[in-house]
Amino acid sequence: MIAALLGPRLAAIIVKELWAVLRDPRARISLILPPLIQLVVFGYASTMEVKHVTIGVLDRDGGQWSHEIVQRLAGSPTVQRIVRLDSEAALARAIDTQQVIAALRFDPHFSADVSARRGATVGTVFDGRKSNAAQIVGGYIDRIVSGVSADIHLARPPPPPGSANVTAWFNPNLDYLWFTIPSLVVVISLVSATSVVSQSVAREKELGTYDQLMVSPFRVWEILAGKMVPPVLIGMANATLYLVVNPLAFGVPFTGSLWLFYPALLVFLLAVAGIGMLVSVVANTQQQAFLGMFALTVPVFLLSGYAAPIDNIPPFLQVLAEANPAKHFLIVTEGLFLKGMPASEVFAVRRQNIWHIRRRKLTESGPRLGFGFRRRACGVASVDVRWSVA
Amino acid sequence: MTDPVASVAALTKRFAGQSVPALDAVSMRIEPGRMTGLVGPDGAGKTTLIRILAGLIDPDRGSATVFGRPATDTDRAMIGYMPQRFGLYEDLTVIENLALYADLRGLPAAERRASFDRLLDFTDLRRFTARLAGQLSGGMKQKLGLACAMVRAPHLLLLDEPGVGVDPVSRRELWAMVKDLASDGIGVLWSTAYLDEAEKCDTVTLLNEGRALYDGPPQDLTDTIRDRVFRVGVPGAGRRVTLRHALDNPAVIDGTVQGDALRLMIRADTPVPTAVALGLAPGATLVPARPRFEDAFIDLLGGGPSGSSQLADHYRQIPQTDAPAIDADRLTRRFGDFTAADHVSFNVPRGQIFGLLGPNGAGKSTTFKMLCGLLTPSEGNGSVAGFDLRKAKADARQSLGYMAQKFSLYGDLSVQQNLNFFAGTYGLHGGAARDAIDRAIAIFHLDRYLKVNAGTMPLGFKQRLALACAVLHQPPVLFLDEPTSGVDPLVRREFWNHINGMVEKGVTVLVTTHFMDEAEYCDRATLIYRARQIATGTPDELKAMAGKADATMEDAFIALIEASDLQREAA
Repeated sequence: MIAALLGPRLAAIIVKELWAVLRDPRARISLILPPLIQLVVFGYASTMEVKHVTIGVLDRDGGQWSHEIVQRLAGSPTVQRIVRLDSEAALARAIDTQQVIAALRFDPHFSADVSARRGATVGTVFDGRKSNAAQIVGGYIDRIVSGVSADIHLARPPPPPGSANVTAWFNPNLDYLWFTIPSLVVVISLVSATSVVSQSVAREKELGTYDQLMVSPFRVWEILAGKMVPPVLIGMANATLYLVVNPLAFGVPFTGSLWLFYPALLVFLLAVAGIGMLVSVVANTQQQAFLGMFALTVPVFLLSGYAAPIDNIPPFLQVLAEANPAKHFLIVTEGLFLKGMPASEVFAVRRQNIWHIRRRKLTESGPRLGFGFRRRACGVASVDVRWSVA
Repeated sequence: MTDPVASVAALTKRFAGQSVPALDAVSMRIEPGRMTGLVGPDGAGKTTLIRILAGLIDPDRGSATVFGRPATDTDRAMIGYMPQRFGLYEDLTVIENLALYADLRGLPAAERRASFDRLLDFTDLRRFTARLAGQLSGGMKQKLGLACAMVRAPHLLLLDEPGVGVDPVSRRELWAMVKDLASDGIGVLWSTAYLDEAEKCDTVTLLNEGRALYDGPPQDLTDTIRDRVFRVGVPGAGRRVTLRHALDNPAVIDGTVQGDALRLMIRADTPVPTAVALGLAPGATLVPARPRFEDAFIDLLGGGPSGSSQLADHYRQIPQTDAPAIDADRLTRRFGDFTAADHVSFNVPRGQIFGLLGPNGAGKSTTFKMLCGLLTPSEGNGSVAGFDLRKAKADARQSLGYMAQKFSLYGDLSVQQNLNFFAGTYGLHGGAARDAIDRAIAIFHLDRYLKVNAGTMPLGFKQRLALACAVLHQPPVLFLDEPTSGVDPLVRREFWNHINGMVEKGVTVLVTTHFMDEAEYCDRATLIYRARQIATGTPDELKAMAGKADATMEDAFIALIEASDLQREAA
C-alpha cells in the first residue's frame, strides 16, 4: 500500500531505514534512554522552583494584622516553616547563614496603622545570593499581603511614583516547571532526531553497505528522503509523549492549538534532521557521528534561549541564534503551551523574546507594559518587590 | 617424533549466541622446525584456535599446552603472535613500531640494536624505517608485523592469516621468510584460507565449521585422490555448458574451469566415464592432472554441487545486442596528484565474464568503482548495458547487480527484510516482488534463516543472500568484487555454477579478484598494475605470457608484474 503511494523504491528505503533504527540495539537505546533521562533530569533535578522555603519574621507589632499575614504565609504550601526572629541582628544572622530565604519585618505600629487606615508598610529582606528564588518568594509574599489587604476591604491607594504593580502573565504562580517542561519538548525532539539521523549515513559507511546503496538505482533525493523519515517520526513520537506527560504529570497546561504545534514541529524536525544529516555525511564512522552530534547539540541547545536569554548574548552570537531552529521552535512551544499563541504569531518570523528582562520592563509605562507582556513574556515574568497595604 | 612446542587436545570452544561451536574437539600439535598449516575457510575456527594458543581466551573443554605448560600460564615472551589486524600502530613509524614491541616484550636495550638490524635486513624494510606503518603496502605491513612478532626471537610463531590482503608476489616473499625461520628450529603455525598455501606446509590441520577434517602431511591427503583428477581441453565458449553437463554426471564429484580447459574429479571406485558420456567432444581426452589440496578438501566434504543452477534456469534470457554490455573507454581517475587509474580501456560483449586482476591498490577497484557509478571518472567514458555512466547513472545502475567483497547487506535486518528492501530498491513491488523473493528463498535455501539477522548467518549463507539480492531484478550485467574470497570451496563451486548458468542466459559479468582461481573462470581478463593495464587476454593467453609451460594464473601474475617492474626501471 505504501509502495503504491510512494513508489517501490521510496517505500523500500523508508521501511529499511525504520527497521535499521528499530533493530540496531545501539540505536534503540538512543531512542529510549535520552527521553527518560531528560524527563528525570530536567523535570525534577534541574528545577529552580521554590518550594519548602523557610521565612523569618521579626514581629515588633504582635497585633492582629501582622499575625494574620504570618498565619497565611505559614498556611501556604510553598512555605515549610516560619522562624520567629527577635532582633535586627538575629534577622541579619538568619539571612547570612541561609537559614531563611526572606524575612518580614513588622513595625510596632503596623496593626494600629492598618486599623486606622493610615497605610502600613511591611519590610522584607531577601537573600540576594539566591536572586531568582528570592524574587519568586517575593511574588508569593506579595500575593499574600495583597490578599490580606483585599480582605479587609481597604481601598488601595495609587502606587507611589517609580514603582510598578506587576502581575505575572501566563505563569501566574511563577512555577519554574512551567518554563522548563515545555522546553523539554524542544530538547527531546532535537536530541532524538539528531541522534538517529546522524548515525544513518555513518552507519552505512562503517558497515560497508554505503557502496551497495550507491550502486542501486536510488536517486539522491530518495536516499535523503528515506533517511529523513525515521528521525522525523521518532522526534514526533517523543514530542507527542511529552505533550501528553506534561499536563498529566507536571500540570503544565497546553493552551494553544495542536493544529499549530504539529506543523511547527515538523518544520523544526526537518531542519534539525538536515543539520544531523550533514554531520552524518561528513563522519566516516558511527563514533565520529556521535561525537559530531554531541558537538552540535550543545551549542544548539545553548543558543536556543533556554539556557540563557538571547538578548544577553553578544550580537554575533545572536545572529547565529537566529539561524538556530531550536531558538524559533522554543518560542513557538512555550507560546503554545502557556500563551495560547495564535497562528499569526506561530508563523511570524520576527525577533521574539522568551525571557523578559526585568529592569527594562519596570521602566516601561502602564498600558504598554501589559501589551508588551502579552507579546513577549513567557514562563518567567517578573514581579516587583514593593507593595503597599493601605 | 620430537616434542611439540605447542599442542591442543580435544579443544572445544563455544561463543555465546552461536549455535555451532567455534571449535569442536580439535587436536593438533606444532613441532619445532616445521611449517604447520592451519587451513580452512573463514569462520572455520582458525583465529579462535590461535587465540587460545596465545593465551588470550580460555577453551571450554580440552587443553592447550605451550612449552609444556598450559597456554594461559606459559612464558609468553617466547611466543611471537601476529594477529590478523590491529597488530601494528598505524600512526607510528616502522622503527617506532619495532621499538614499541621491543619494550612490550622486555627486550634488553643492549640486544635491541642487533635485533632490529637483523629484522630490518630480513624483511628488507630498512629503507622505510621512517615511514608510518599506515602508509605501507599490504605486503610490507605483514612483513613489519612479522618483524614485530620476531623482535625477541620466539620459539613459537603464531601467524593469523598473514597472506590476507597481500598480493601474490609479497605472499611468496613472506612465505620464504617464515620458511627460513622454521628451518632455524622455531615452531610455526601459519593459518590461511588459501588452500594452495596448505600444499606447501610440512603438516596441515584442515578445519571446517570448527571440526578438524584432516591432520597430517598435505601430500598424504592429496594421495587419496591420486588418479581421480583429470584435465580436458574444451576450446571456445563451450566450456561453461560442458562443465554443467559434466557435473551433472553422477561419476563426477567436482569440476572447475581452468582457462580453456576443465578440471574434473571422478568419484572414488568409479570407472572414468567416456568423453561422450560427459558431454565432451568425441575426440576429447581426459589427461590425468596433479591433484591439489583443494580437490582433496572437496572430496572430504563429499564432493561439490551438481552443475545445473536453478537460479539460471529461472533467469530471463537477456536479449542479444550489438553494443558491448560493458564499455570502458580510457577511464582515468586522479586523486590530487595521484593517478589511481590511467586510461583503462576494454569492452565486454554480452554473455561473457571479464576479470579485473591486480595487486591491492593497483587501480582495479578504482576502475571497478567508476564502472558501477561509485566514482566519477576524471577523464574518459564508460557505459553499462548501453547507458552512459555520465548521463544516465540511475538507468545504468538499474541494469546492474552488485556484490561486494565484504558482506554489505544489512546485518541488523533479517534475511526477509533484506530481500524486501532490495526488491523495492530495484522497483519490484506487489506480485512481482513476492515471486522474485520466493524464488530466491527456494533456490538459495534461505527459508530457515528468514527471521534471523543477516549478519549472524554463516559466511556461506551470507554469500548466497548477497547474490540473491544482487539478482532479484534479473539484471543484464553483474558486478562482482572478490565474490568468493574466504568462503569454503563448496560454496565457491555453487556460486560459480550460478554465475556460469546466468552467463549462458546472456548475462555479462565483471569480476575483480586477486584470487587466481576466480580468474580462471574469466573469458578475458586485464591485469592492472600501478594504475595501468599491463596485459589483457584470455586466461590461457596470460599464462602463456609467463613464458613457462604449465604455468598457473599466479605464476602468470607474478611474471607479468616483475616484467613490468623491470621495464619501468629500465625506462
